[in-house]
Amino acid sequence: MTSRDDGTGPASQVRIRAGLVNRLRQRYPLRSVLLGFAAPIGAILFAALASSAILSLGGHSPGDVFQTMFKQAGKPTPFVDMVNQAMVYYLSAVAVSIGFRMNLFNIGVEGQYSLAALGAAYVGGQLTGGGPLHIVAEVVVAVLVGAAWAGIAGVLKVYRGVSEVISTIMLNAIAVGLGSYLLHKLGQSSGNNIQTKPISSSGQFPGISYSGTHSKIFGFLIVAVVLGFAYWFIAGRTRFGFRIRVTGLNEEAAVASGVNVKRMTLVAMLLSGGVAGLVGLPELLGQTHTFSQTAQSGLGFAGIAIALLGRNSPIGMALAAVLWSFLGKSANQLDFIGVPREIAAIMQGVILLSVVIAYELVRRYRLVLQQKDVAAQLATGEPTERDAPSAPVVTA
Amino acid sequence: MLLAACGSDSKSTTPAASGSGSSSTASSGLKVGLAYDIGGRGDKSFNDAAAAGLDAAKAKYNLAPGDVKELEAAQGEAEADKEARLTQLADNGYTTIIAVGFAYSNAIKAVVPKYPNIKFAIIDDNAVQSPNLADLTFAEEQGSFLVGAIAALKSTKHHVGFIGGVNVALIQKFQAGFDAGAKAADPQVKIEDKYLTTPPDFGGFNDATKGETAANGIYDAGADVIFAAAGGSGSGVFKAAKAKGAKAIGTDSDQYQSAAADVKSVIISSMLKRVDVAVGTFIDSVKAGTFKAGNTVFDLKSGGVDFSTSGGQIDDIKAKIDAFKKQIIDGTITVPTKP
Repeated sequence: MTSRDDGTGPASQVRIRAGLVNRLRQRYPLRSVLLGFAAPIGAILFAALASSAILSLGGHSPGDVFQTMFKQAGKPTPFVDMVNQAMVYYLSAVAVSIGFRMNLFNIGVEGQYSLAALGAAYVGGQLTGGGPLHIVAEVVVAVLVGAAWAGIAGVLKVYRGVSEVISTIMLNAIAVGLGSYLLHKLGQSSGNNIQTKPISSSGQFPGISYSGTHSKIFGFLIVAVVLGFAYWFIAGRTRFGFRIRVTGLNEEAAVASGVNVKRMTLVAMLLSGGVAGLVGLPELLGQTHTFSQTAQSGLGFAGIAIALLGRNSPIGMALAAVLWSFLGKSANQLDFIGVPREIAAIMQGVILLSVVIAYELVRRYRLVLQQKDVAAQLATGEPTERDAPSAPVVTA
Repeated sequence: MLLAACGSDSKSTTPAASGSGSSSTASSGLKVGLAYDIGGRGDKSFNDAAAAGLDAAKAKYNLAPGDVKELEAAQGEAEADKEARLTQLADNGYTTIIAVGFAYSNAIKAVVPKYPNIKFAIIDDNAVQSPNLADLTFAEEQGSFLVGAIAALKSTKHHVGFIGGVNVALIQKFQAGFDAGAKAADPQVKIEDKYLTTPPDFGGFNDATKGETAANGIYDAGADVIFAAAGGSGSGVFKAAKAKGAKAIGTDSDQYQSAAADVKSVIISSMLKRVDVAVGTFIDSVKAGTFKAGNTVFDLKSGGVDFSTSGGQIDDIKAKIDAFKKQIIDGTITVPTKP
């Protein structure tokens, strides 16, 4: 997840002739892989130590706490909840990371997904029948609404030079008001709550049964997995993805080599918003079937944390989403052993902070190693096992 | 009045000694689980009113610490978290479960059918009907009408204010009643209405700073009495009232009793929403085997809503308010539920 080769250097020609093992070794040199894992694992260990210290200070046994959390996560219902939550986090993280790739900070995933979910819930509630097309219509509406809301920030950035950080934060605030207004207009009251008309069965995404619980894993998992693959392929294996990365790394160089940066910015923003539109759908189509005032919030911000933690890599973000979800869900049981479950939020914060620091430390260490390699090469005139160029990934 | 016994600010749970949820089976046979709304025990308002009902039942039936479990909602959580909370209570052996707040509506709908032998109650919601579910709702507009009248009669500037925690239909009932009551008592009264947050942000029920800021704005605009229907945010309103030398009215619990000593003097009354009565009635009914499913509305007539007089600041107008109360009870006045 850290050693990504551009595939454009002169080395690529050599590689075609080399054997598979050699290719793998060159693409993923052992040292680079180890260094890549060192940062996240080191950070998690550090976070575990730090939270143990906090727990001990509070008079709780860290062993008991972690044991309770793991036991809880292994039970069927919490496990399903955890998978479902991780899927939602993942979608949000992918949305954020599309922007990150281009140095665009889409802080507006929060507003984009809530409006998108409202739109999809309303349209889904109006339609009846239509089989799978019903679901397709809901997904399309969600993507379009998310993209349109993000597009506002994109247009402002491209044509007026407004920082997308500012505009997306502002748009989040507007989305809250607009969403509330629309919900009052379009929704119906259910007791003291207000919600959209429930989606009929044809518009509900079938879930995946899991033995030992009535709760189902959201069928939207398939969409999340497909999206992960598409993201990996487009970002790493296509000209389009390459242009996005180049624009993010060095805008002047991108312009010089013929990339239309304005267009790329707008497209990246639209894509990011479109994916953000999906964030609310697993819960909407798989569980609540209606958008109400009590719909889950804060997912957009969790997505930012998870994209940072997973370093924009499809696999890294999946692992980060699972970790985030594990901490959140397994902590619920802590209330039953007299430990405040807020400890999970502390762990999340410590992990994020230490990961950012650890990545920076590893990046510096890698630079030092590379300098040594180069020095050795110059001294002997022979090529040594070189490290991959430092990963072209946006850092926080 | 057995209200708001809890003066502590501690947010998180009564530690259940050690070990897991399973504990000694008590002689009373009652095992009560309470799932709070955002803010939880210690909000000195809505959730504390529910807690007071629980505490009373605890004393009445001599419940051991292991027979009672209280869990609290988190800001912006997923539907699955609410379901999980109720499921956890059920799975950990609690057979009398109370969901405090309409946010639990959909979760109750999902969980209740899975546990036909457990008696559930939900406060502030009647959207779900089930043979093992009691829907406990209140006629908040009636109580709010009375404190509206109190505010108008106590205002020397003919100018009063309303602060709602979150702009939802439930709190709009408070506003509708308050506005109608103020106008009924003083036709020329001027009313400022303000909500702290809008869904999905439910933070307005638990944000004293927001309450203080909003209250300062309303007092500066010329009002001298504010009705704070804002849960835990109300403490900020009282602080602002104290600083401005103005008056305020509390909500849900008798906040004169629970507020910090230095702001007691500004709280002239509270709109009592007797969540404690609802919780207590429900627990009693389960204990006595007279559980009744379906919607029960707690109104002025049944003593489910009322106004408080502690502090003695409205003794001079109490007769007038009681007259309004009588008119509402006998149907002469119908209080609107929408502003």
